[in-house]
Amino acid sequence: MERVVDPLAGKPSLWRTQAQAIVFVAMVAGLIAAPFFTYPLFLMQAMCFALFACAFNLLIGYVGLLSFGHALYFGWASYISAHAAKVWGLTPELAILAGTAMAAFCGLVAGALAIRRQGIYFAMITLALAQMMYFFALQAKFTGGEDGIQAVPRGYLFGLIDLRNEMTMYVVVLAIFLGGFLFIYRIIHSPFGEVLKAIRENETRAISLGYKTDRYKLVAFVLSATLAGLAGATKAIVLQLASLTDVNWPMSGEVVLMTLVGGLGTIFGPVVGSFVILLMQFKLAAVGEWVLVIQGVIFVACVLLFRRGIVGEIAHKLRIKL
Amino acid sequence: MLEIFGIPSTALFGQLLIGLINGSFYALLSLGLAVIFGMLNIINFSHGAQYMMGAFAAYLLLQYTGLGYWPALIVAPILVGITGVIVERLFLQRLYKLDHLYGLLLTFGLALIFEGLARNKFGSAGLPYTLPDSLRGGQNLGFMFLPNYRAWVIVASLGICLGTWFVIEWTRLGAYLRAATENPTLVRAFGINVPRMITLTYGFGVALAAFAGVMAAPIYNVSPQMGSELIIVVFAVVVIGGMGSILGAIVTGFGLGVIEGLTKVFFPEASNTVIFVIMAIVLLVRPAGLFGRRA
Repeated sequence: MERVVDPLAGKPSLWRTQAQAIVFVAMVAGLIAAPFFTYPLFLMQAMCFALFACAFNLLIGYVGLLSFGHALYFGWASYISAHAAKVWGLTPELAILAGTAMAAFCGLVAGALAIRRQGIYFAMITLALAQMMYFFALQAKFTGGEDGIQAVPRGYLFGLIDLRNEMTMYVVVLAIFLGGFLFIYRIIHSPFGEVLKAIRENETRAISLGYKTDRYKLVAFVLSATLAGLAGATKAIVLQLASLTDVNWPMSGEVVLMTLVGGLGTIFGPVVGSFVILLMQFKLAAVGEWVLVIQGVIFVACVLLFRRGIVGEIAHKLRIKL
Repeated sequence: MLEIFGIPSTALFGQLLIGLINGSFYALLSLGLAVIFGMLNIINFSHGAQYMMGAFAAYLLLQYTGLGYWPALIVAPILVGITGVIVERLFLQRLYKLDHLYGLLLTFGLALIFEGLARNKFGSAGLPYTLPDSLRGGQNLGFMFLPNYRAWVIVASLGICLGTWFVIEWTRLGAYLRAATENPTLVRAFGINVPRMITLTYGFGVALAAFAGVMAAPIYNVSPQMGSELIIVVFAVVVIGGMGSILGAIVTGFGLGVIEGLTKVFFPEASNTVIFVIMAIVLLVRPAGLFGRRA
């Protein structure tokens, strides 16, 4: 009998085992160097969306739950954060915290309802609940309706550090992004994360092993919503604006697109995807409505031809985990 | 003037009528979603866009070929249904072996494409569609004024809904459909062309959406975004009713339309959100939906 030789057998190279660490270091180095080459404001916005997409990916990529209403947490956190900074006069870190807490609360309520149904219904329920909260945002007084909350002061971090300086703000956003990113990495690689993956692969089996899968799903949902809220709250301070765009359904679709393009269920995929999509919107701002068509085409192309996404495809080619 | 619960009766019946009209559209669209889901196991996110395409098809037929409302009511659904058949052959049939979520994502992408193209061509503002002469005017029922066209919409959609229900539940074709939903492989073994049946089912579901779009054209403005907000409400209707039962989808659609209309009378602020609130309550009390079968 011929022996099958596994090309990967034997000593795994350092590059394969440490691929994630190497890419992470490269990403951090790139993000530190980037503001010297391009607009810091664009980078900060991209990092907020990257964190948003990572939070979304925690659900779809690791629990297999497609939430089509993540704009709810992103948008409402940005409203609360903007309101807290502007009207209550809170310092930026407290404003962001307030926004994040709002997202966590919304995530708890919406998650508890949505996990009562599976699969396709889960997506429809999250979308419908998000649309309900969109109407609340449209009608509530404090959100400013169509105008949104404008001219939000960036204020002084801890009451001391002036965030009007673009570079100082950049460092803060970078810290929040990396903190969120590492937290998600930690969740995925914890025993808790292993249970989530077990639920993704086969929920019935996880139940038969004695796991209360509903509780795991709910905790994952709240974590995802909270981190999405952290991203939204930070974005409101950075752009000094909270508006209906962030809470409406196309935003929910956009975060799905970012994650899909980058690669569902990969650690770095959502980051790459959100930079790609934002760059595309930035470059295509002139063509107006065509952006919608192009996004749709990317969706279709990704689903039909490119289901692993950019990072997933690279990881597959190189046979590493990213 | 007659008053009920302190509300003038004309206002009450007026909103009740609007509720029934909205309910007609909810019923038609959720019926289409349920039929498609039954056969394809895909939630058709582009259903709203296809409803919009139906309305635009009617508008364009009138503008460029002079075909009026009545022919459009037949021609537009056929045209849009054909695009549905093409979509199924080109894209959807590649997804049946994958996770159902990919079908949702793909049809979401298609909805963006359709809506984006319509916006590029026609702008975001609505276009008016004139009512056919034969359906102008109305009846004075004594307690309220009933416009003929609105009565027609309710009767027609009720007719289409019940017709679809009858075909699926009581005819040989419907029996094939139901059997193929349960066990496609076995039905194929009996020599029935299931893939073609799936294609035609999708085309029919899409045609239903387009039919609703043509009927909506004279009531609402014909605009590219007319479908996207409606479809989210219809999703909530589908969650409430459960997609297991055709009759359930119809009853839920009309019922929720009426509830929404009544909410507009008693708590106007809540009229946008009442269906979502009902959905939340139903999820708490009966997680499988009112007519759903627990999987």
